Amino acid sequence: MMITPVFLWTDILLGVLLVFLSIYVFHVWHTPPLRQRWQQILRRPIGAVSLLVLLTYLLVAVLDSMHFRTSLAAAEHSREVHYSVEVLSVLDVILTSLRNAQERTYSAPFATHAYVRETLLVAGVQQRIYPRLKYGGAHLDDPAQDRGADLKTRLGLLLVKGVVFSAAFILLLASWMSARGSNSLTGVLSMMIRGKGLYPWRSLALALLVFFMLLFMITDLSSLYHILGTDKVGQDVLYQTIKSVRTGLVIGTLTTLVMLPFAIILGAMAGYFRGWIDDLIQYLYTTLNSVPGVLLIAASVLMLQIYMDKNPEAFETMAERADMRLLFLCLILGITSWTGLCRMLRGEVLKLREMEYIQAARCFGVSHVRIILRHILPNVMHIILITVVLDFSGLVLAEAVLSYIGIGVDPTTFSWGNMINSARLEMAREPVVWWSLMAAFISMFVLVLSANLFADVVRDAFDPRTMMSGGDR
Amino acid sequence: MTAYILRRILYAVPILLGINILTFALFFVVNTPDDMARMHLGMKRVSPELIVSWKEERGYNKPLFYNERSVGLEQLTDTIFFQKSMRLFSGHFGRSDAGRDIGSDIKQRMWPSLAIAIPVLLVGLLVNVTFALLISFFRGTYLDLGAVILCVILMSISGLFYIMFGQFMIGKLFKLVPISGYEGGWDAMRFLVLPVIIGVVSGIGGSTRWYRTLFLEEINKDYVRTARAKGVSEIRVLFRHVLRNALIPILTGVVAVLPLLFMGSLITESFFGIPGLGSYTIDAISSQDFAIVRAMVFLGSVLYIFGLLLTDISYTIADPRIRLS
Repeated sequence: MMITPVFLWTDILLGVLLVFLSIYVFHVWHTPPLRQRWQQILRRPIGAVSLLVLLTYLLVAVLDSMHFRTSLAAAEHSREVHYSVEVLSVLDVILTSLRNAQERTYSAPFATHAYVRETLLVAGVQQRIYPRLKYGGAHLDDPAQDRGADLKTRLGLLLVKGVVFSAAFILLLASWMSARGSNSLTGVLSMMIRGKGLYPWRSLALALLVFFMLLFMITDLSSLYHILGTDKVGQDVLYQTIKSVRTGLVIGTLTTLVMLPFAIILGAMAGYFRGWIDDLIQYLYTTLNSVPGVLLIAASVLMLQIYMDKNPEAFETMAERADMRLLFLCLILGITSWTGLCRMLRGEVLKLREMEYIQAARCFGVSHVRIILRHILPNVMHIILITVVLDFSGLVLAEAVLSYIGIGVDPTTFSWGNMINSARLEMAREPVVWWSLMAAFISMFVLVLSANLFADVVRDAFDPRTMMSGGDR
Repeated sequence: MTAYILRRILYAVPILLGINILTFALFFVVNTPDDMARMHLGMKRVSPELIVSWKEERGYNKPLFYNERSVGLEQLTDTIFFQKSMRLFSGHFGRSDAGRDIGSDIKQRMWPSLAIAIPVLLVGLLVNVTFALLISFFRGTYLDLGAVILCVILMSISGLFYIMFGQFMIGKLFKLVPISGYEGGWDAMRFLVLPVIIGVVSGIGGSTRWYRTLFLEEINKDYVRTARAKGVSEIRVLFRHVLRNALIPILTGVVAVLPLLFMGSLITESFFGIPGLGSYTIDAISSQDFAIVRAMVFLGSVLYIFGLLLTDISYTIADPRIRLS
């Protein structure tokens, strides 16, 4: 089978973002003061653990951003290769068993029987019973009796496996550290266990344990049971939840990528040049800011919908169409959200341009562009960084609300907002179908919470005001 | 003062004009009225005559900016831009694409919106300021740390979940109040309790944390230290000195959102089936009624700018150090 890579717009932009991120990491590594700040962040348990969680989500999103199409079985006599219209990602390949474990309709987490009764022929008699699931617990002979014991042994095994793997990981790290430093391996280990040393080893070990257990739960258990149940058409909820990660992350990060050039260029120009340029830029952002954000997004998305319906031929596959809408959403969210940062930067640059060193640079005849790039931008970097990190969680939450209203991502895209939207009617069923909502809630909550906590730690480390007061806040 | 307010109002005119042109471009230039008609009438099997009559009924059959067939000033006024966009300035919202009068709809629907928004604002303010004061009283202790972490946790929960869990717990499990719906008069109370509670609870995390920051900023100032050095009790310091001064940014922040209360909350109203302006907007978005969305964009912008004006004025009243110049 042949494959052809598919580069969706958001994939490319996410790649660009990763390149920027690597450049920043490289830059931090070679700039001692910055490196010290980041070490300060990582030395706090909250900072280290929340960064680990965020990186895990990012890994899932990156895996889900490498798309391709597989070739169809070619007809005889023809050399032409046709590719399937279905766009898959590397993550889809990893989760193949989950993707294919399609039931008929709802089933509860870890269930072996469906959620609704069906009329089936049992031993020649028509009966209304709960049918067995095709995949969930299919390996059990007598589910009613065996399920509890089976789950117990498997979960116990998971725990053991998780402990072994995280211990091995920590041991590897410790031996690497002792090889680098002068300390012996036992010395490093006892330092870690006692919670001494620069980094919060105990918290990290605990986070690693949870990480490995979840990983093994997905790799080992999900092919036997539907861990989070199935939805209305019988699709595994865990699969949907994992696929939704990319959407949330794309919205949270690409929006920033869109907004930063506007905010930085216009903010710096307004503050630096003052005069009519300042007036014009201020007018621009006050006007944009005055339009209620949700309504501006609604209007734009409605217009995009008409445009798409008018030009259906512009999109080769469903995925491209959905991707265009996702990109457009990032774009329009970026346009509505650059104003805050722009105003903040303008204020800061207004202050900076009166500083002696900038006056001196101007006296030496340094060009405006150079002053802005070399002397002003590095000194407002902390504001940009803090804003980017602070905005992320808000954008993830916004996606859910927008999708609920029907102006968010495409209905065919996996997203937490779409999951919540469909779960709304399920809550009214009797008995309640709670697992879809719960899955979306927890996965979103973990991401947003760790983003919020991380943002706090970053702000504490980079905001000169909190640094001065000794972290009183 | 009057001169200042007048100047601020004049300053708002170009901004409103900008918004007007922006929304007009968004709605009419990207997609022509023909596209909209096709959208409404269904994409397939729509005859040109049907489109023409649809446009004629709603007044979309005029040219966009310049009407060659008219004479004099009408060359500019007898256009879509003037009829649909500029007339919003005089409060003429026109008719929705479904044929209803938008102006009277807004007048009727703004009361349920206010009936939710005002209690949420007032109760929320009271609750959050109380919590923030309590946390500031115990600053530096584990109670403070725990409360801040709790605030971050509450902040990280999507508003949708607050509503869905609230509806499920109170409305369905305990069967205390109706889940959704609305009635006029005093009966409305029964329907408003749940949305108001949920509105207050969902705001606690963010606001309490923000107010706590304001209080702590004030607590570290010199005049507070002086008061303590004089032997003023901690409670008195908090209430007489810190609260009073920290209330200035809080109240001016409230003033800024006051006009926007009219717009209602989009998701709360649509979840609870309350016929306010929020659900009006949502319905318009889902039925793709562009006339209503256009009117609401304009109304929201006007109210936002009005809020900015109120904020500036309230600053000068609350803080005599600020001079209007």
